Formats: sequence, C-alpha cells, structure tokens
Amino acid sequence: MGKIVDFSTFVERKTNGTAHMTLAVEGVGCAGCIRKIESGLAKLPGIVDARLNFTQRRLAVDWRDDEIDAARIVKELEQIGYRAHPFAPERAEADETRQAKWLLKCLAVAGFAAMNVMLLSVSVWSGNVSDMTPETRDLFHWLSALIALPAAAYAGQPFFHSALRALRARHTNMDVPISIGVVLALGLSVYETAAQAEHVYFDSAIMLLFFLLCGRYLEQAMWRKTRLFATNLASYKAEFAHRLDGKGELTRVPVAALQPGDDVLVRPGEVIPADGTIVNGASEIDESLVTGETMPRGVASGTRVYAGSINVSGALTLRVSAAGSGTLVDEIERLLQKATEAKSRTVRLADRAARLYAPVVHATAALTAIGWLIAGASLHDSIVTAIAVLIITCPCALALAIPVVQVVAAGQLFRSSVILNSGDAIERLAEVDTVIFDKTGTLTLPDPAVDAASIDPAMLERAARLALSSHHPLAVALARRARERAPYPGAVEEPGQGVSAVIDGQPARLGSASFCQTVDATTHASDASFIFFACGGETVRIPIRQSLRPDAVAVTQALAARGLDLIILSGDRPEAVGPVASRLGIGQWRASLTPAEKIAVIERLKSQSRRVLMVGDGLNDAPALAAADVSLSPITAAHLTQAHADAVFLGDRLAPALRAVAVARRARSLMKQNLTLAVIYNALAVPIAIAGLVTPLIAAVAMSGSSILVTLNALRARLPMRGEQFSELPAPAMAVPLVEPEAKMRGLVAPTAVELVS
Amino acid sequence: MNVLLYLVPLALMLGLTGLIAFLWTLKSGQYDDLDGAALRILPDDDIGRTNENA
Repeated sequence: MGKIVDFSTFVERKTNGTAHMTLAVEGVGCAGCIRKIESGLAKLPGIVDARLNFTQRRLAVDWRDDEIDAARIVKELEQIGYRAHPFAPERAEADETRQAKWLLKCLAVAGFAAMNVMLLSVSVWSGNVSDMTPETRDLFHWLSALIALPAAAYAGQPFFHSALRALRARHTNMDVPISIGVVLALGLSVYETAAQAEHVYFDSAIMLLFFLLCGRYLEQAMWRKTRLFATNLASYKAEFAHRLDGKGELTRVPVAALQPGDDVLVRPGEVIPADGTIVNGASEIDESLVTGETMPRGVASGTRVYAGSINVSGALTLRVSAAGSGTLVDEIERLLQKATEAKSRTVRLADRAARLYAPVVHATAALTAIGWLIAGASLHDSIVTAIAVLIITCPCALALAIPVVQVVAAGQLFRSSVILNSGDAIERLAEVDTVIFDKTGTLTLPDPAVDAASIDPAMLERAARLALSSHHPLAVALARRARERAPYPGAVEEPGQGVSAVIDGQPARLGSASFCQTVDATTHASDASFIFFACGGETVRIPIRQSLRPDAVAVTQALAARGLDLIILSGDRPEAVGPVASRLGIGQWRASLTPAEKIAVIERLKSQSRRVLMVGDGLNDAPALAAADVSLSPITAAHLTQAHADAVFLGDRLAPALRAVAVARRARSLMKQNLTLAVIYNALAVPIAIAGLVTPLIAAVAMSGSSILVTLNALRARLPMRGEQFSELPAPAMAVPLVEPEAKMRGLVAPTAVELVS
Repeated sequence: MNVLLYLVPLALMLGLTGLIAFLWTLKSGQYDDLDGAALRILPDDDIGRTNENA
C-alpha cells in the first residue's frame, strides 16, 4: 500500500495557519460516540476544534497546519473505531441550507403575524356582534394593517419571487394565483380600512401565507435530508487510487483528486478509479459495471478502460484522461442528452392543476364583477365581491394537496431504503405499467458468489481459506466462504496465476486450470466463471457466478401480480441472461444489447403509450434510465448512472423496488383525493362568495378548515399499507433512519479490520 | 377602552420579543444539529471537573 495519503483537495486552508475539513463519519449511533470522537480528537496536538453534527453524521475539524495533518486525523478516528471519509461539501448544499433558513425565517414572521392579527380579528368579530365602537374597530384594523403589511411583504417573498419567475418565462404556476390573491386581499383591506368599513381580510392573507410556508418548508426539509444522506453515502463509497509521481513513488490519493494526465497504478483485484488509457502492463478486466458483460476482457498497453471496471489479473499503469472522452462514454453522453431532453416534457400534476386553475378562478372573479354591475350594484361593491371570490378560492388547499403527500411518501420511501433524487418521481412511479430490469448488479448481487452445491465442504473450506491470500476477484468471492479467517502461513501469490501453500503437509494450489495442472473443461456456454483448487492429489472446479438478489424471485412475482409487465434487457451474453430470466419466470428478455438498443426498446414501449420503469446499475444503463419514464438504481451503481436515476435503493434486497411502486401508487391516489377535496371545497365556497355573502370570519374558517382536511388526508399515507405482498416482504424497519442504511451500506463493502475488532 | 392603548402595544411587544428570540436562535445555529443537542446532555463527565472545554 502507498503509505502517504494525500487529502489536500478536501482541506480548506485559512490565512491564520489553521485548516478546516469536513468528514462524513460512519457508524455514529449514540451519545457516547459524540464524546468519544470529540474528546479523542481533542487529545491530539494541534487540534483547534472538533465538532460532530449528529443529525448529519458529519464531523467538522479545525487544526493548526504545522502541527498535524489530515491523514493523521483520519487515522486517529479509525483507531477510535470510526471510519471517516473527507469530502468537499457541494455548492448546491450550501445554497439549500441558506434557502431552508430563509424559509424558516419567513415562516416565523408569518406565524408571529398570523397569531397577532388573529388576536385582533377575533376581537373585532366578537365586537361586531356586541358593543364595540366603530373607533375601536378602526384602531384594530389599522393595527392589523401595521402587522400584516410588513409581514406579508417579507414572508410572501418565496411566492412572489417564484410567481415572477414563472410569469417572466411566460407560463404560470400555483404561486401566481397565490400572489395575486394575497396582494389583492391586502390591497382591498387597506382600502376598506381607510374607508372605515366593517370587513377586512388581513387575517386571511397572512394565515394563507403561514399555511403555505409550512408546506413549503416541510417539503424543502425532506429533500434536504435525503440529499444530505445521499451525499454521505457517496462519500463512503469514495475510493482511493495509487498515484505514481515522476520519480515512481506511490501516493494514496482520493479518486476525486485525480487530474487528467496523472499516472495511476491499479493492482489485481482493485477497481479502476478513473477513465484512461493503459500505458503499461497487461491484464484482464471485469467490465460488468460498465457494459453488463460478466466475462473478463483482455487489455494491454494502449487499451481504453473505464472507471468502475475491476482489474482481475495483472498490475496495470493507467494514464487518466478527462472524463467522458472515450468512445463508449461519448456515445453514452450523446444518448443521455437526447433522452434527458425528451423527459423534461412531462408536466407535473401540480403544474397541470395550476394551469387549469388560474384562468378558471380569474375568469370567475371577472364574471362576478361584471354580473353584479349588470345587476345594478355599485362599482365598489362589485369589485369587493370579485376580490372576495379570489380570496376564498386562493389555492391554499390546492397548493398543500400535493406537496404534503409528497413529503409523507418520500419519508416513507426513505425509511424503506429508497432515496429519491427528483421531486416528481413519486407521480411518475405511480403510473408505471412496465418494469425493465438490467441483469448484472440489478437482479443479481453486485458481487459474485460461490456455487457450492457439488463441492465437498472440507475441500471448500480449505480452498476458501487459501483464497484469503489472493486479491483476484474470484478468490475474493471464494474467500468470503472461509469460516477460519486466518490465511495459511507461507501462502505465496503468483500474479495472474494463483496462490500456493502447504496445507497439513500437502502442497495445495488455487488458481487457473494450468496453475493447478489440470485441464479446463469449461465451455463458454456457461454462465459461471471457474477457479480450480488442487490439494492432496485431488482437484475440484469451483464455479463462481453472479447470484440473484435473495428476494428477487418473490419481488418479481409480486410486481407481476400487481399487473406490471416485466422485461429484462441486458448487455450480457444470452447464455448468462436466459437462466436468470427462467428462474424469475420472466418471459420477455433480450441479451447482448448496446445502450442504443436498450433505448430503442424503451422508445418503442413508450410509443405504445406504456409507462416504463427502468431499474439498472451499469454505465451502459445510464441512457436507458434517463429515457425511461422513471428510473431506479441500486446504491452500488456507477456514478453517472446514479446521477440519472430518479431514486436510489440500498441493501442487498430488491424489495425496495416493489415498495417504491406501492408507496407511489398510494401517494398518487391520495394526491388525487386531495385535489378532489380542494375542488369540492371550491364548489361549495365559490357560490357563497359570488353571492357576496363571504365575511372575513367565513373566509378564515373555510380556508383553514380545507387546509387541515387536506393535510390530515395526506397523513393517511403513513398508515401501514394493506396488501398481502408485504406480509411476505416486510419492509426493513428503521428506528433511527440515518443509522440503518449505513449498516446496510457497510454490509455491501468488505468489513475492515476496524469493524471486525469493534 | 383607554386600557387598550397600552395593553395592545404591550402584547405586540411581547410577541415581537419571541420572534426576535427565535430569529436569534436560528442565526446562532441552534437548529443545525437537533438530534445531537438531545444527546449531548446525557454524558455526565463534566461533573467534578472545573470549567473545562471538552
């Protein structure tokens, strides 16, 4: 291993000689952890401050640069028992945090104003039916104006900004009628106050803002939480590369710090950290994450390789090239761009409702004014009635109807280990009628496993224990079977060949067929790779194949039972795809597909007005994920692929895919119910408003009543779900949401020495 | 009703104080780590120690 670790890309240096770094820490779960980490670091010389944010599972450290360095801090944390991964927080995250604080400030101001205006309004309402003098009423109205006008000007900003943006882009959204309603209600109230009239609507306007800000803040907080968690997971996965400098010395650097032109050494068993060209060495590489192909491919000097491939046999030196400059990646980028453009055409349910809603409401208000004028009412009265229509129809319930359901459903998906990347994914998931699976890494587990059916257990144990001494990926898969975790002493690895050792006085060899002096009887029609083990005159052939996810059969059956069409589209050979399809009972499958062919299949399905969910993990799936109506990918997927998936799921099981569809379907039906409730409310309230009978009291009761009704209905999404499939496939319960997926995440990567000890 | 002339402004001032207090807590980052704050009170290792910044 390269002994020097260079974290400099993550360290932020300040002018006073101190440095700052943020680390995502794994395995933090209790009060003791905070103390252990903080006081453990405080003991080190040169540490200025170490503070763990328990909510975010992140540690902020400041230190004096001349006394200690970043690598020492990470090492110390590892010794205390926590794996920590430095990362550079993204700009978008800082913006979101600022946005959240701003929304919370707006909410606080609106809340303060709503309470105080309501205090005054209730006094006026009760005063109007008892003995309040007109002078006192006017004083209260002026006081309300004094509170409501500045508060609305401040707390209404999120809506005003968004409405202005939409209008400038020449379309409309829900914030347009909201802004118009609030501004008109306030304007009318000021006018009426000046005219010493009986009815003002300050309370309605400010309460509307308060309710809507609640919804908006919750929505934003939910997305922020999922995004933050996803960033942490990504940094857990961040890998190190061995960079060669001019003098041939090795430095361990985080992959993020690699620059085009750097030379990197990739040893057998390691993942190729970046796209590039091989400048030295020859080996076989496993490109299953890139193309879906499970058979290793031979590479030599001059071959282009892609990040995510696994180096199987020999050491390689790689010259890093700028991302996205290879032929395969170029092709994928091109397809991606096309697919993403096509996708942005879909319109969200809320926007569709807003497009329909605003013209109808504004036309009704205009007709009301005209109608009253024709009926002989004064201009003042007609306009007041028209504005009352606008106030009562101000889409409080409508604007809450969809976001609240989304927040609740996203929270539920989060607890079932599905992390949403895009806000409208829930709506699109609910409409799905066809599910397309990639095979390698999606239906199958990302790591291959030994098929031990026909092998003598004693031989297998010996082979597995010998495999502990090798870095070859097949040997690593075999080594996971070893019960005795200590490698045989004196085991020697011959690169590209195998390992040999003396076991119980007998020479033993594990590796290729020729290394074990036997004949490889493998035909290429098999879906397995083989590793040979010779010991005491006996030779066994150990098949290692991609194994299905443990619940793949149950989940695909449950999906089919819900009326979904299932299809497998794989880049792998037909011999490897066929057996998987037949085991899962999926009749429609195609193998050896290029990314373009996968898209073609999806486009054809879409032209038959099918709604397609694509589940895939490979780089070659990325365009297909973008082309599909909605997409899911496992957390082990390639980076580019994850970036284009609408949601990412954690863990070894496929159940989250089923759960995602189920939760989304229920969420969509709740959204529709909520929209219906909002429409019914309007159908009841609008005639009263048109008739000119709306008083501020009626407006306040109707608006808050409908908002509360809609919110309560949305909360039904939290109730346990009915449906027999879930009794067989219990969703993993997550008591502490941030800890459980971390545990699962760690289940996916090989345990480190630290974890085995702790 | 003259009592209103000082009672209502007084009530508003109280509300405003609450609002300002909230904005101050927000600004000083007291909501950045809600779960951590709940746990940080549990360890009692500061008992018997003089004011040391652990």
